[in-house]
Amino acid sequence: MELNSKIPNVPIQEAWRTHLDSINLVGPKNRPKYDIIVVGSGLAGASAAASLGAMGYNVKLFCFQDSPRRAHSIAAQGGINASKNYRNDGDSTWRLFYDTQKGGDFRGREANVYRLAETSTEIIDQCVSQGVPLAREYGGNLANRSFGGVLVERTFYARGQTGQQLLLGAYQALEEQVAKGKVKQYPRTEMHDIVKIDGRCRGIVVRDLMTGEIQTHAADAVVLATGGYANVYHRSTNAVNCNVTAAWRAHKQGSVFANPCFVQIHPTCIPVHGDHQSKLTLMSESLRNDGRIWVPRKKGDSRKPAHIPEDERFYYLEERYPSFGNLVPRDVASRAAKKVCDDGYGLGETGFGVYLDFRDAIAKQGKAAIEAKYGNLFDMYKDITDDDPYETPFKIYPAPHYTMGGLWVDYNLMTNVQGLYAIGEANFSDHGANRLGASSLMQCLADGYFILPQTIGDYLRDIYQQKIDEDHPEFEKHADAVSAKIDSLMNIQGTRTPLSFQKELGEIMWQYCGMSRNATDLKKALELIPKLRKEFWSDVKVAGTKDSLNQSLERAGRVADFLEFAELMCKDALERDESCGCHLREEHIHEDGEAKRNDEKFSHVAAWEWMGEDADHQLHAEKLSHEALKPTTRSYK
Amino acid sequence: MNFTLSIWRQSPGVPGKMVEYKVSDISAETSLLETLDMLNEELTLKGEEPVAFDSDCREGICGACSLVVDGRAHGPGKLTTSCQIFMRSFTDGQTIHLEPYRSAALPVVKDLVVDRTAFDRIIQSGGFISAHSGPKPEPNSMPIGYDELEESMDAAACIGCAACVAACPNGSAMLFTAAKIGHLGLLPQGQPERDQRAREMVAKMDEEGFGACTNYAECQDACPKGVSIKFIGRMNKDFAKAMLCAEDDRRGSMDVN
Repeated sequence: MELNSKIPNVPIQEAWRTHLDSINLVGPKNRPKYDIIVVGSGLAGASAAASLGAMGYNVKLFCFQDSPRRAHSIAAQGGINASKNYRNDGDSTWRLFYDTQKGGDFRGREANVYRLAETSTEIIDQCVSQGVPLAREYGGNLANRSFGGVLVERTFYARGQTGQQLLLGAYQALEEQVAKGKVKQYPRTEMHDIVKIDGRCRGIVVRDLMTGEIQTHAADAVVLATGGYANVYHRSTNAVNCNVTAAWRAHKQGSVFANPCFVQIHPTCIPVHGDHQSKLTLMSESLRNDGRIWVPRKKGDSRKPAHIPEDERFYYLEERYPSFGNLVPRDVASRAAKKVCDDGYGLGETGFGVYLDFRDAIAKQGKAAIEAKYGNLFDMYKDITDDDPYETPFKIYPAPHYTMGGLWVDYNLMTNVQGLYAIGEANFSDHGANRLGASSLMQCLADGYFILPQTIGDYLRDIYQQKIDEDHPEFEKHADAVSAKIDSLMNIQGTRTPLSFQKELGEIMWQYCGMSRNATDLKKALELIPKLRKEFWSDVKVAGTKDSLNQSLERAGRVADFLEFAELMCKDALERDESCGCHLREEHIHEDGEAKRNDEKFSHVAAWEWMGEDADHQLHAEKLSHEALKPTTRSYK
Repeated sequence: MNFTLSIWRQSPGVPGKMVEYKVSDISAETSLLETLDMLNEELTLKGEEPVAFDSDCREGICGACSLVVDGRAHGPGKLTTSCQIFMRSFTDGQTIHLEPYRSAALPVVKDLVVDRTAFDRIIQSGGFISAHSGPKPEPNSMPIGYDELEESMDAAACIGCAACVAACPNGSAMLFTAAKIGHLGLLPQGQPERDQRAREMVAKMDEEGFGACTNYAECQDACPKGVSIKFIGRMNKDFAKAMLCAEDDRRGSMDVN
């Protein structure tokens, strides 16, 4: 199999324009002749479905939530990047491209990243025109804040609810198209398989979560906007129902999976407190604008933080990274927190926590100013922990948050399966081995509003008048297979709940394929996971019946996929015998503890092909081009 | 801590009833939904049907969770959603009553799960600014005052959880509808469709079977995001103006089909 990224052979600054001018388009009169399925209603899915509907295509949108407005993009707090250069601080398309590539430790695809940077400013214009209330200054102009890994202020925000406001903008645009009859939405419906006919993706199989009915839907193209897989760790900052199912089942139909081991562990989350905890809550990175991160210099110092004098506080990020300080990229901040905790300086009974302190910021700017910027985050923290961060520092620890890996896509955002697209976090995208803060919203909306609606015509024109509907025998075949899989889950009736398996898998992944990795641990995980999977398929107990709303069955199906996916993740982590970005292999570190890349051997996208239940995955390496930007050792010192 | 959970159980076609369950050894920092998770684990192992309830983000922003806790939508706390209730806010040994939202326009689907698709339909009737994806004017060419923007954001903060409807003796969705009309109507971008938006969203809300507002203000009290009933006043003003100055509907279709 040959992976063709279809990147135009011109300098990256001209690539997108050149590409657009050379691809096929579908004219406005012909668009209503095409049916497009979009799975997932987050920022990428909702913006794509709304845009495609408005262009005239017939769109069906599927989501497992009870309304498209609840997709997990809604929880993004801090902001969205755009190189507007409103602060006059030297920002530009090139600078945003440079920061994103460097932030991703040079494992992103140059042309894609440059296109993302180019598109960033249009996103802000689009969202403001839809009525997204991005924060303004007193003079009425848009306001900015700064985020990690950059030296400019380019992040736009709506209080601590930027994702919510951007998603509501896309959702409202989507509902407008629903009202016009151009989009039909299917809430509480989960995708279980894609249907391929003559090598092209021609539809999907879904389960109506209310009635248990298995349905088939045919289309000319299918777009997966189904998010990331951080819940493979069980506890993450993702919503409890986020899953890898749609992407994984597409993968098992031939769509190759790229860089699955690239997982972002977010440095500022509320630490784990107990076994029954269902998720970890993120505290926005924007807090690192004004908060200072520290631990006591003395191990096991049990004094209250306020009683620890300045010279006994170890501001480890400020000391180790004087130029970026508390605003180093997420992977660097997370590892630094892990290191001080592993060295015995961590807080509290568990020893897994560090302080994020606003004492100095409140003294300097006043409580009112801090409240205006971060009020909702402070309130949220207080609700959860019963501690008031205006009085005592936040306690934080890293947690799985975002996944840079995903389905492999070409420059048109199409996977290697013809007619199957992947957008947003679901693709392997533009973030290399580490995503910078406020870049995921940017990428989702770039894909959904601007890139996919323009590139999808290139494929659709090609399949004009090859209509296929649900009567094609392949649909029934796939629907039967989906039903059979559900039956087998229902029939096991063992002794362990689906959740108990998810927890156990999560612990294996966190321990052996978490913030830092080594060959011994990964090999251990590769022994444990198949064992656990075997146990799952012989001993899981699913409650209820398959013919009604059954959350136990929903979870069982998702856990079954995580149990297969986790193995690929560990394989990829083992194969990538270098450190880069989020992926720290303990065998490859510089003397100062920083990640040591091996560009000669690993400057590629690792794309894995499913070869069947009993065969090993096959690796396809897509060589990365570094024509515009030569990789250097990342330094934030 | 130990509790008795008295939970509304209902399956399609069967009349619902309250059923009591004991849960024990719950730590104070456990959330109410995590306590339900634990109960469901026990029920599953016992071969009983787990309690169905909606939740997703579990950090108070997606609006999925929707419990009536001891008679109050999202429980007794201020400015919280059901997923942000922690067991430390209850007394050890207490009985906690958990019910679904009860409103004709939000039918119970199963146990604690209700159907809120009526909210999507209200948004479809006009809760948007028509803006086809593509190049747009530079945002700073249309300055928006700080206070104006912040007030719009106060309304936009609505998470569509429908606690306002559950709390209202009339089952009114006016706070939800007013929040969207307020969010968009306070912005310059929202002006061209302002009259039509008020007319159509209010009509849709009535059509879906939601009640009228008689100023109980329970909605504001239950709202996890603190959306103010002043937006209902604002909506009424917009609606009256729109009805008095109704112009011919000149909208044709810009669609290509």
